[in-house]
Amino acid sequence: MSAPRPPRPRREPAHVVEARRDAALEALVATVPFAGVLGIHFDRLGDELTARLAFDEKLIGNPVLPALHGGATGAFLEITAQIGLAWTLVWARMEQGGEPAAAIGRGEFPPLPKTIDFTLDYLRSAGPRDAYARAEIRRAGRRYASVAVEAWQEERARPFLSAVGHFLMPSEA
Amino acid sequence: MTESDPRSDAARPISPDPRTEARSTPLSADQVAEIGRRFMERVRWNSELGMKLESLFAGVAEMRVPFDPRFVGDPQSGVLHGGVVTALLDGCSGAAVMSHPTGAAGTSTLDLRIDYMRPAKPGADIVARAECYKATRHVAFVRSVAHDGDIDDPIATAAGAFVLERPRPAAKAAAAKPEDKA
Repeated sequence: MSAPRPPRPRREPAHVVEARRDAALEALVATVPFAGVLGIHFDRLGDELTARLAFDEKLIGNPVLPALHGGATGAFLEITAQIGLAWTLVWARMEQGGEPAAAIGRGEFPPLPKTIDFTLDYLRSAGPRDAYARAEIRRAGRRYASVAVEAWQEERARPFLSAVGHFLMPSEA
Repeated sequence: MTESDPRSDAARPISPDPRTEARSTPLSADQVAEIGRRFMERVRWNSELGMKLESLFAGVAEMRVPFDPRFVGDPQSGVLHGGVVTALLDGCSGAAVMSHPTGAAGTSTLDLRIDYMRPAKPGADIVARAECYKATRHVAFVRSVAHDGDIDDPIATAAGAFVLERPRPAAKAAAAKPEDKA
């Protein structure tokens, strides 16, 4: 006869955990007012984010084609990279539990990573419709991070804009 | 790639459009304001950011984005988002290309590398100065600087390559017409 098992630590239902993560993501994005001006939203599957730039007439840069403005799509990628990096820090704190997770719950986020440089490669013009982007963190050091971002519209395999950037990570509080 | 000499291009007859005039003749403040107004009207994103064209002459453009709390990147510091700087440097570089004596019919960004030196001062306007320093037949190269008052203490610098659209020669365009319809 084996000894009775110690009681399992009570686990939160998955929907509670997911709702908390969604709330944290929404609060994080809300700390960047300019993201709202552009009309950027983030969809989350697990810890992976996909950014969405909702089409609006105000984003037009070339009225003849018509095409989205390179400055607007460039800013879209920069925000995707920056939020993508910040999200990894937020995620780590939420997973840690305890006080770091509680601070995120109160909306106390670590300072946003600062852009050191950002290089945009305009592959083709972007049409008057929604655009999507995903950031890939190539290296996440304690001080510096290198991020690649790609944006597409109707077909994932036909990106219209590709970028790489370096970021200065916030120093540990 | 064949290179065109901007000097020989500048010798062509000047069109009455003041935008193309900026390629060879310094413009009056009123003319710059008029070009700027039309430019912002046509390019919605530029007007959305409140961009103002301050000067335009022979491949050099200056533009300003007045401070707007909606464009803040980090409310704790009140500093404008890097994306605003990106949009300004891109727009200003494009204007510089269009005013270059090479006489492009249109342009679009091929690549743009931006280096961020420091955050803008909270509440400050951002000014950009872009110079199209070389134009070949198909590509123009532009350097630009963004600052908040002192150009020697930049917020960001950028280097870009822009695709040039050349005006279609009249004879060729006419010959191509029936083909377009077919």
